[in-house]
Amino acid sequence: MDVIIENLPAYVDGFLRTLFLSVVSGIFALIFGTLLAAARVSPIAALRGFSMTYVEIVRNTPLTIAFFFAAVVLPRLGVTFQQFEVAAIIALSAYTSAFIAEAVRSGVNSVPVGQAEAARSIGMKFSQVLTLIILPQALRTVIPPLINILIALVKNSSVAGAFYVLELFGYGRQLANAHGDAVLWVLVGVAFFYLLITVPLGYLANLVERKVAIAR
Amino acid sequence: MTSVLYDVPGPKARRVSLIGSIVGAVAIAGLLWWAVSILAAQGIFEPERWAVFQIPEVWVLIGNGIIATLSAAALAAVIAFPLGLVLCLMRISDVAWIRIPTRIVLEFLRGMPVVLMMFFVLLVFATAPFAAVVAGLVLYNSAIFAEIIRAGIQSLPKGQREAGLAIGLTSFASRRSIELPQAIRRMLPSLVAQLVVLLKDTSLGYIVSYEELLRKVQIMADFLGPDYLFPVFFVAAAIYIAINFSVSRLAIWIEKRGSKKAAGGVVHVPVAEIPVK
Repeated sequence: MDVIIENLPAYVDGFLRTLFLSVVSGIFALIFGTLLAAARVSPIAALRGFSMTYVEIVRNTPLTIAFFFAAVVLPRLGVTFQQFEVAAIIALSAYTSAFIAEAVRSGVNSVPVGQAEAARSIGMKFSQVLTLIILPQALRTVIPPLINILIALVKNSSVAGAFYVLELFGYGRQLANAHGDAVLWVLVGVAFFYLLITVPLGYLANLVERKVAIAR
Repeated sequence: MTSVLYDVPGPKARRVSLIGSIVGAVAIAGLLWWAVSILAAQGIFEPERWAVFQIPEVWVLIGNGIIATLSAAALAAVIAFPLGLVLCLMRISDVAWIRIPTRIVLEFLRGMPVVLMMFFVLLVFATAPFAAVVAGLVLYNSAIFAEIIRAGIQSLPKGQREAGLAIGLTSFASRRSIELPQAIRRMLPSLVAQLVVLLKDTSLGYIVSYEELLRKVQIMADFLGPDYLFPVFFVAAAIYIAINFSVSRLAIWIEKRGSKKAAGGVVHVPVAEIPVK
């Protein structure tokens, strides 16, 4: 137990870095994922094909492979990063955006056809139908799954700890090495800080599911 | 759905779409060409870089890596499913002092990174990496399986359980012979999808120094020299993706087939219930 209190600054630093990685990658992934979903339903075949291929490949790629590529293979190919956080953010946002694209797409599909038909019949074009009618409704239905994806993102950011980023898991590894006799408590501390993010987010997802989402 | 969003294209729209397709394809091709030219500048396409694949030992290592990955995934799945079933029954038990602690444990397991659990088992119980990988996967995925099956049971009409109890079955007998068979059949696509996640997560074994496919890549790159990192990584990633892709296809096939066979069709869980990985 003492080991947690003694190393509290390290825990807090790691916690903040985990938060930072999650928030920044989350924002990039949300933007890129929504664009991918829009491309997936667009009339332009090349965009549809690109979006579909990207999502299929990334969803079937283990995150560790994505990290390995960004943090180990890319530098070998001459793409070097000042900080490994950049590699982590690239891997996490590229990975998460595919799941967000899938969630948003199924949200788009959950909007009743009549909504799109009505919009079409009053003369809206594709971009208007999508941005004014479909996406605002779709985003509400996809909020709970999106929160779940963000929870997964927080947990996934732990992989960064194995690729030279000192976030919670990275500190956990370091502290576990330094305090061989108190490994149990070191890791319990790490677990506590993860739960501090994931459990409230989980409750938020349930709450939103009940309150905000439209029943269909 | 897609077709509702826009008109069946007329000649003008077809032309615009064609131009858009060409521009898009050119842009994507440009990006690819840029990436390839960077790779070429590094000498990636020199034949001797790929000559490593003529060495039989390389394939032996890759094969061992695949076997290590698949065996960890298979063992974890075989243990996690029954455990998930038990956890699910405990989670929906009528007895509060079973239900509530189970709920807390499930919440705990679901909120934790899998790699942390593997690391925990590895260090605290001082096990071999293989056991740590399997234990981490079992702990996490049994919690997810439990939640998926629970969602399946709750998606059943209330009358199923009521009828079971009414004809004198005990609570457990009703769960076992009435509700679970239907629930599991309904949730089959989600369960198989979770298997893909489990398979993907075996790659986390890399972090706890379990010698699965990715770790073998690292070993080979260390041994053969950094020049060969990319070719070996490329092949390993392709194998990983191919395996996962086939299991994903299986899930889709089951979903299509199941929708004909399962009573009431397969069900998509209320979205918030499925934890996405």
